[in-house]
Amino acid sequence: MTDISYTPPQSGSRMAKIVLRWGLYLMLGVFILFYLMPLFVMITTSFKSLDEIRTGDLISLPREVTLEAWRTAWSEACTGIQCEGVRPYFWNSVLIAIPAVLISTLIGALNGYVVAQWRFRGANLFFALMLFGCFIPFQVVLLPMARMLGLMGMAGTIPGLIFVHVIYGLGFTTLFFRNYYVSIPSELTKAAKVDGAGFFRIFWSIFLPLSLPIIVVTVIWQFTQIWNDFLFGVSFSQAGTQPVTVALNNIVNSTTGVKAYNVDMAAAIIAALPTLFVYVVAGKYFVRGLTAGSVKG
Amino acid sequence: MAPILEINNLFKSYGSVEILKDINVSIEQGDFLVLVGPSGCGKSTLLNCIAGLEPISGGTLSISGRDMTHVNPKDRDIAMVFQSYALYPTMTVAKNITFGMKVRGVDQATQDEKLKQVAGQLQIEPLLDRKPGQLSGGQRQRVAMGRALVRDPKLFLFDEPLSNLDAKLRVEMRTEIKALHQRLGASMVYVTHDQIEAMTLATKIVVMKGGVIQQIGTPSEIYNHPANLFVADFMGSPAMNLIPATTRMNGKGLEVEIARANGTPITLIDTNNKDLPENVILGVRPEDIADASLRGGEGRQEADCMIDIVEPAGADTYAVMQLGGKHVTARLHAETGAVAGQHLNLAFDLGKVSYFAPDTGERLN
Repeated sequence: MTDISYTPPQSGSRMAKIVLRWGLYLMLGVFILFYLMPLFVMITTSFKSLDEIRTGDLISLPREVTLEAWRTAWSEACTGIQCEGVRPYFWNSVLIAIPAVLISTLIGALNGYVVAQWRFRGANLFFALMLFGCFIPFQVVLLPMARMLGLMGMAGTIPGLIFVHVIYGLGFTTLFFRNYYVSIPSELTKAAKVDGAGFFRIFWSIFLPLSLPIIVVTVIWQFTQIWNDFLFGVSFSQAGTQPVTVALNNIVNSTTGVKAYNVDMAAAIIAALPTLFVYVVAGKYFVRGLTAGSVKG
Repeated sequence: MAPILEINNLFKSYGSVEILKDINVSIEQGDFLVLVGPSGCGKSTLLNCIAGLEPISGGTLSISGRDMTHVNPKDRDIAMVFQSYALYPTMTVAKNITFGMKVRGVDQATQDEKLKQVAGQLQIEPLLDRKPGQLSGGQRQRVAMGRALVRDPKLFLFDEPLSNLDAKLRVEMRTEIKALHQRLGASMVYVTHDQIEAMTLATKIVVMKGGVIQQIGTPSEIYNHPANLFVADFMGSPAMNLIPATTRMNGKGLEVEIARANGTPITLIDTNNKDLPENVILGVRPEDIADASLRGGEGRQEADCMIDIVEPAGADTYAVMQLGGKHVTARLHAETGAVAGQHLNLAFDLGKVSYFAPDTGERLN
């Protein structure tokens, strides 16, 4: 990331500078509160008992911390007629997201490598079409894709959902890798060719080791997209293969009688934890990778 | 013995654009061939064609007697040094040098031995564990050479290897490449846009322009007998003076007359040439115009000229004047008495003079 150094004008009093600086902090503080408030409410509510929620204040801290809501959300909450909590659906999501992320990242890397370094007739058109794929709203493809999955015998299965996510992730993963690899001097490929290395050898020995930043970016992007996906999950799954986002929706919408806000909040946090985890672990690489595309040859 | 590199009627085009037209070149074992020309003349494309990195559209190419027209780069028995060095950024220097051997499945002991030998030759032993990013430009250049040397190929290819170095280092590395060539006796093809590099390194120069070979010859042939106006103008620094002149035969020889804006024309007698058309372009190297008071001698003819600009360059002093409507540069002795705005008696040496046709630009003598 580029650091923009700002040289303040020499004129102007010291006092004005301090006031401005504190004004800035104040504004940032307000924004932070604004963004963190919902999270705060979610977390505190999830640790309260239903009684306390009914009688207490929305933003007060729990009087008695109880993990009861979390336990219910994880293994007992009802999603329609079944009452197994989000646990089985959480694992569904894991089973969908991990292979889909890995496969789409790998194919995207290969695509980007070809489009950037092994120019062929129509390479630009190919890339433009891939890019076009990024802008197709997913609602448009629901029916054709449902038919396609049916023909392939993968309707309502986890491999079917993996397939869908790989296909619709390729536009972005190809774009990321292509833009990264296009900044790598083509002489590197030439030198490796003279050295006797072939297509895959050059990819494996020279390009992949250079790609850590863009791999991190792609993995975060793809994981977030796939984990948070609701539309494909609700359209192409059946009972037993639904991802956690769909299960969360069912838990929240299918309760009868008293709304168990604490369970809803706990389930929502469970569903969001993996993406949060990925951001915290790899977040600094994300920003770095997005901005620092160039490699010195 | 078959020539080490032989190119016959090579054509290269991208779509309908012809990049290289009817290239014919051949070099013998131990030759140092330099491809020189302005940017966009096709010299780097030709080198890539020789390496097999660009397919050719017509003609044939053979290395050491074997037809290589459609052979993969790795099977051509060549090594190449690139302008940007193209070192593999994630590998150490040692791995960079041995990568080719590793790919070809050479055993570890041989790899180590060759690495040691090349590192010694280029004095890069202390750098072997570093990554390219930790090296200076000159060190990267050496590593790139090491990667080529370790292959021990039939033919070395260099693509403007010195143009990313600063001026001082460039001269040092130039000398080193020349020494390397003499020591190894290897055959090399070297691309550059720098005509001084071409002159100093080559045993054979190919001057190119617009995808067409203008002249092939030894450095001295190219310098002293340029085939046309382009070569005359391109090779040599400062460039050859190209002065419009008229000629006619008289009793003593060829009379060459150069017009001057204010004053009488200069008339010189050339006893070596005859029967030239009336209108010619006279090509005189700056060193063939000298200060008459400091350097006289046989075959020199004196003329009084008005000096416009004096440029001291240390060893020499350049004097610029107007002759035949052109700026003409003379390379004078550093101790010349030339002063801008004053007249100076200059001695012209027509011994190595060139004549060109004004319309076609072709050499006449």
